[in-house]
Amino acid sequence: MVGFILIIIAALFFPGIIARTKSIASGRKGPSILQPMRDIWKLFQKGSVYSTTTSIIFRMAPTIGLACVLTSMLVVPFGGGKAILSFQGDVVFFAYLLALGRFFMIIGALDTGSSFEGMGANRETLYALLVEPAFFVMLGVLSLMTGFSSFTNIFMHFNTVGDYSILLGVLFAYLIILIAMVENSRLPVDDPKTHLELTMVHEVMVLDNSGFDLGLIHTTSALKFGIFSMLLANLLIPPTWKPIFQFLYFGVITVGFAVAVGILESFRARNKMGKNPQYLLTLIAIGLLGLMVALILLQKIA
Amino acid sequence: MSILFLILAAFVPTINFFLPRSRHFYLTILAQLLVALYSVTALVGSWTGEGELLLFFGEPSTWALSADSLSALFVVLINLVCVLTSIYSRGYLSPYLTTKTRSELAIHGVALVWLQVSMIFVVLFRSGFDFLAAWEVMTLASFVLVMFEAEKRETFWVGLSYLIQMHVGFFFILAGFVIAYNETGIFGFAALTPYFAKASNIPLFLVFLVGFGLKAGFVPLHTWLPNAHPAAPSHVSGAMSGIMIKMGIYGLVRVLFSLQQQYLEIGLILLTISLLTGLWGVVSAILQKDIKKVLAYSSIENIGIIGMGLGLGFVGLYLQSKSMALLAFTGAVLHIVNHSLFKPLLFMGAGSVYKATHTRNADDLGGLIKRMPHTALLFIAGSMAICALPPFNGFISEFLIYIGMFDGLLGQSLREIVVLITSTLVLALIGGLAIFAFTKTIGVAFLGAPRKPNDHVKEVDGWMLVPQYVMVALMLFIGIFPSVVVKLIISVVAMFPLVDASVYAIVPMLTSTSTISILALAFGGFIVVILFIRSKVQQDVVIAQGPTWGCGYTAVDAKQQYTSTSHADSMMAISKPLVKVTKDFDPLDKMEFFPHDGSFKTGSNDVFEDLVTARPTNRLTKLLKQAAILQTGLIQHYVLYAMLFIFGILVLTYFNLI
Repeated sequence: MVGFILIIIAALFFPGIIARTKSIASGRKGPSILQPMRDIWKLFQKGSVYSTTTSIIFRMAPTIGLACVLTSMLVVPFGGGKAILSFQGDVVFFAYLLALGRFFMIIGALDTGSSFEGMGANRETLYALLVEPAFFVMLGVLSLMTGFSSFTNIFMHFNTVGDYSILLGVLFAYLIILIAMVENSRLPVDDPKTHLELTMVHEVMVLDNSGFDLGLIHTTSALKFGIFSMLLANLLIPPTWKPIFQFLYFGVITVGFAVAVGILESFRARNKMGKNPQYLLTLIAIGLLGLMVALILLQKIA
Repeated sequence: MSILFLILAAFVPTINFFLPRSRHFYLTILAQLLVALYSVTALVGSWTGEGELLLFFGEPSTWALSADSLSALFVVLINLVCVLTSIYSRGYLSPYLTTKTRSELAIHGVALVWLQVSMIFVVLFRSGFDFLAAWEVMTLASFVLVMFEAEKRETFWVGLSYLIQMHVGFFFILAGFVIAYNETGIFGFAALTPYFAKASNIPLFLVFLVGFGLKAGFVPLHTWLPNAHPAAPSHVSGAMSGIMIKMGIYGLVRVLFSLQQQYLEIGLILLTISLLTGLWGVVSAILQKDIKKVLAYSSIENIGIIGMGLGLGFVGLYLQSKSMALLAFTGAVLHIVNHSLFKPLLFMGAGSVYKATHTRNADDLGGLIKRMPHTALLFIAGSMAICALPPFNGFISEFLIYIGMFDGLLGQSLREIVVLITSTLVLALIGGLAIFAFTKTIGVAFLGAPRKPNDHVKEVDGWMLVPQYVMVALMLFIGIFPSVVVKLIISVVAMFPLVDASVYAIVPMLTSTSTISILALAFGGFIVVILFIRSKVQQDVVIAQGPTWGCGYTAVDAKQQYTSTSHADSMMAISKPLVKVTKDFDPLDKMEFFPHDGSFKTGSNDVFEDLVTARPTNRLTKLLKQAAILQTGLIQHYVLYAMLFIFGILVLTYFNLI
């Protein structure tokens, strides 16, 4: 339960912190940290325009996307505690729920019959399928280290495996940040602020969404950031710490993550579109690097 | 169970030869229902254990039918798939009632029932001769079904090549039985256990793998599948893909049950082939424009996933990780069940599209969800299941295989860890690619704007929709309440070597599957809540309709949508070495004063089809053509050959050479 609430709190501030960091980096004062949430609130109250080409799929997609993310939050624990629900293999369930949300966003985009949105959907599918193996290799390595395949058990035991497990924690923290960037369509794979439709991936898929549905999509995106910073925190926080320190540490990690994203987006350009597949393959490479580290830690490799 | 009854039932539809065409359906479905009810009720008791059943004329004879839980599971699946696809055929075949003659339709009906009965016999006969006879009848019945539209030249050739390839497989199975017979003196599956106990397991396993693998469609033996499935009528492709190719898996599993040693090697062989099969199938599926070809290749992918589960199970046995073996086997068996639910559903959906639009080329479709809402939603449900997305059944089987792999990781040495992590990686990749293939198919065929005018397209009738809804209901049931089904199939899993009764001790471990039910309900709850809030909020605001946002470009046209080909483009770039992309175009000549119409066509060839089937056959044809010089067609020459032959024999006998 704690995890669930903390993810929501983190999600409230996350987009704001990114925006603020970017403003400061470019020499502006920037809006309030809660501005993105106010924008979403406003969107919820607005009317919508639906394309005549679209069908029920398009209208359902944002709802299903949000429901997927909310359900996947049920299995994410916090600080060595228990998640609301946990069972053997819930890591797989988590990954496939995110895939379910993506599935509906993709067919929702194709439902508009727009060439741009088709392009975005195609790219999103391609990138997602390249990220998936990296995530599963990470899950495999975590379950190799701890002997479990549920988030609750993995994080309960991860930091007690050995003193050096922090090495693996840092490596996978890096991997999670990269995966989060792809999942949430941020730089360097995708640029949420670009205004040239040809170069967009996720943003071009939601061109036709408006009002309440667009609000749902932004909420989903913010919650996803919350989930990933929760995973980060779980990898890095020793479960033996006192709760108060854990909360503080979680705050530091979330803010740090958001600031890092902001700084990255201020100083880095987006990858050339055609180079993205190669870039994403490096994620699998990092996952395999993690496997090497794990094998050395477990003394499987002399 | 009496064989006689089933055989008699199989002859019921022959009365169709004397009935008007519109009545054919009722007798066929009556026979199928009789077979289904009789065989299923007779087998209910044998679900949990081995039991000799009633015999020919009620007397014990050599035609012993024997059922265990594996047979029982398959009998249920066979009947389910065959009956549902036949109900669907009532609507699908209606346009053919006027174009086909009475006997053509009657033959089709007879073949439908015979396919069902022969498959039931395949899973019930243990003796080699009976099994092979049933196997042959199954092949012939399916051949007749594929050839339904034999007046089309393409279908004719596809049917012939199917028949030939199936017989190559038949001879491998026969050879396998003969080899075992030589050692043990028993002809049939019973010979395998004593044979495997004495001799090396791998060679005979490989022989059977080729024989049964041809039916199942393991790469590189799959080449008949993507051709035969689109050529057959849709209810037939549904039955063939849903259950008939599983007969190959059934045979393979029977062989696996008897294995005694070399588990690691056999597990790795199976695993490697299956990983290749899964990846190859799904990558090829992405490249297809023909909806039924997408589905055929995706069947190959799913056979790969089943094979992965089986292979991993044996690796688990070798590693002495009982939980891993158990989870992988359970995943594999459940995937057999799952695939025989969602693949017929998808084929029926594709058939409805073909019936309504007269095309299977996705690039000519689009926007069908408006014209055929039921078909579209059912197809989307089937696609979600096949992409292993919760809350559908496909997720459960892949989930079991995943946790099997994660479970096996602990305490293994480097070599095994590498194998397991590689399998995880490939399975994840297959999952992502499957989403690619099916979002593409749904998006291009059902969503967006119509690429060609589709005002004439109408939703199909209830006969065609009801079976599909039944399938979706079953799929959702397995997906939401997996523990019920897992408990049922655990008695099948108990038959794998070394797994035995310990299975039941691990059942509590599988209760994790019941947490999935809670999560599925939570998921449904979230959707309901969000929709409720959404409808409340949207009551007070303006909801407008407008054209799709063209990014400032005003002359938007349906042709500018992403097509199947453009979706596949990014995949083509990656999979170039594996797929031969053919470009067939006719450029305009500058010097021509009256230029003809230019044309441009792209397609993709299966490299395996070229290497394994086409090239050897072409070489053989070339060789035989040289021999055909003798075949002049003149009767005098043939008399001359005969005389020369007799003369040759005479000479040879004279010198005591023969």
